Amino acid sequence: MARHKSGGDRLIRLSLLLVALSAISVLAIITIFIFEQGLPIMAKYGLKNFLLGQDWFPSEQSFGLLPMIVGSLLVTLGALVIGVPLGLASAIFLTEFSNRRLSGFLKPVIELLAGIPSVVYGFLGLMFLVPFIRKNFGGPGLSVLAASIILGIMILPTIISIAIDAIRAVPDSYREGSIALGATRWQTVRMVVLPAARSGLVAGIILGMGRAIGETMAVIMVAGNAADLPGSLLAPVRTLTSNIALEMAYASGEHRQALFATGVILFVIIMILNFLANLAARKQFRK
Amino acid sequence: MKEKFRLQPRAEQKIVQVFLYFLTSVAVLVLFFILAVILKNGLPQLSLEFLTKNPAHMGREGGIFSTVVATIYLTFIALLVATPLGVGTAIYLTEYTFEGTVTRIIRFGAECLAGIPSIIFGLFGFILFVNKLKFGWSILSGGLTLAFMVLPTIIRTSEEAIKSVPAAYRLVSYSLGSTRWQTVTKVVLPSAAPGIVTGVILSIGRSIGETAAVIFTAGSALHLPSSIFSSARTMSVHFYILAREGISMPKAYGTAAVLVIAILLINIITYYLMGKYIGRSSRS
Repeated sequence: MARHKSGGDRLIRLSLLLVALSAISVLAIITIFIFEQGLPIMAKYGLKNFLLGQDWFPSEQSFGLLPMIVGSLLVTLGALVIGVPLGLASAIFLTEFSNRRLSGFLKPVIELLAGIPSVVYGFLGLMFLVPFIRKNFGGPGLSVLAASIILGIMILPTIISIAIDAIRAVPDSYREGSIALGATRWQTVRMVVLPAARSGLVAGIILGMGRAIGETMAVIMVAGNAADLPGSLLAPVRTLTSNIALEMAYASGEHRQALFATGVILFVIIMILNFLANLAARKQFRK
Repeated sequence: MKEKFRLQPRAEQKIVQVFLYFLTSVAVLVLFFILAVILKNGLPQLSLEFLTKNPAHMGREGGIFSTVVATIYLTFIALLVATPLGVGTAIYLTEYTFEGTVTRIIRFGAECLAGIPSIIFGLFGFILFVNKLKFGWSILSGGLTLAFMVLPTIIRTSEEAIKSVPAAYRLVSYSLGSTRWQTVTKVVLPSAAPGIVTGVILSIGRSIGETAAVIFTAGSALHLPSSIFSSARTMSVHFYILAREGISMPKAYGTAAVLVIAILLINIITYYLMGKYIGRSSRS
């Protein structure tokens, strides 16, 4: 273990540490700025009015965000219901049940599709999905359902790509051990590969969830954006993100502060979701 | 009894396989449908003129030249800032420290940052860069905001890539008397390059495609940007405005096609370079 240690090495270590602290510093700065702008107005009108108020009339000092909170959670859940089964199934199929040529071709293609801008998904949702829902299920078409489907499709490449990496990172010796014990391919996948890849799979789903709840422009295009609690899956909905983007351009004074307050609530919800998801990942991993 | 028990897993496997095959087909077909629609409607709009002329009449006429330039500027600034920070962080986390409180805090920070929606980055960039630092709606404000946004992507993918380099490589390098830095730069990073590049590709895609964070930091001015302090409209912001305000669907499809093809080209070029790079390093 007589490793050569020079002053240069120590300097490199120190500079890398400083670089490594950049992410946490950026996080701190963002948090400070958003809260600094959003908290005063929440304190002035009361947290309860923001969280549980159902009326959003910024010009009349009415800042109820409940419809948007519910809206964000609904479309995110919908996106996961659509995106996670499709994404995980695709990743498992491509890594464990298909030949190398097919997965070698499809993985880069899917990764490429992860780069397609979310506005493109929103645009196609507006052109194809919204009229389809209006015609076949009724309602305005601009709806919770449309937003969920578009977001579900949008997060697919993210989930597939990360899940494939996670599954591929499981050493082949695990599979060989399991097969040698007489397990079928599927038993190997279910009992050996997936548990070993679990932290990576959960990371992919968390990232997908984050993309869904944080998506703004695609949702604005297909969700209808009415600031009311949605009565059904076919009703229009406004998310927290849309609320900010729709009104930021012209808001000023307390209205603008209320949009930052929207940002604070979005921020807190995402932190809670991330925390819970990480907790779940760690717990399962320990098993 | 025993035989039944042995047959069941195989039947189960068959069913699962069909089920997985079906779900994969759905996922792949939907994604290909999106690509096909954009190209089918967008390609007829493309011409040299579309790429080299500035938009006129709010984008109803003309091309998208100024938005292409703005997109390139913004993405370049974002990666220039984010890549060294991200790869450096990953090297520190994997090679220069043991798992402990510091690594946990850094990872937690990166994870939280990854979860923050782009619209929050937009709000933040608007307050810090546009207002407080007085950069105004500008390419610089937009580029820095994007850099912060893609930082966690680069950290995460670089870390995964570096972690997947077999420990034996490092041991051999150390046994030959290399320092840690030599091991990192000559052994670990070349082996991890494909993964790191994948992260950078993902980040380029995100930067090019980002709308929410850009529209409030870089603005939406249609003219050709003259410096990093001028306001600019990126392709995706232009596309969003064209489509949402119903200004021109043909131009919207055309812009979308350029966006998608640009991302396609970046990927293909990168895969090509990657193959070459890996080939060389394994030969020498």
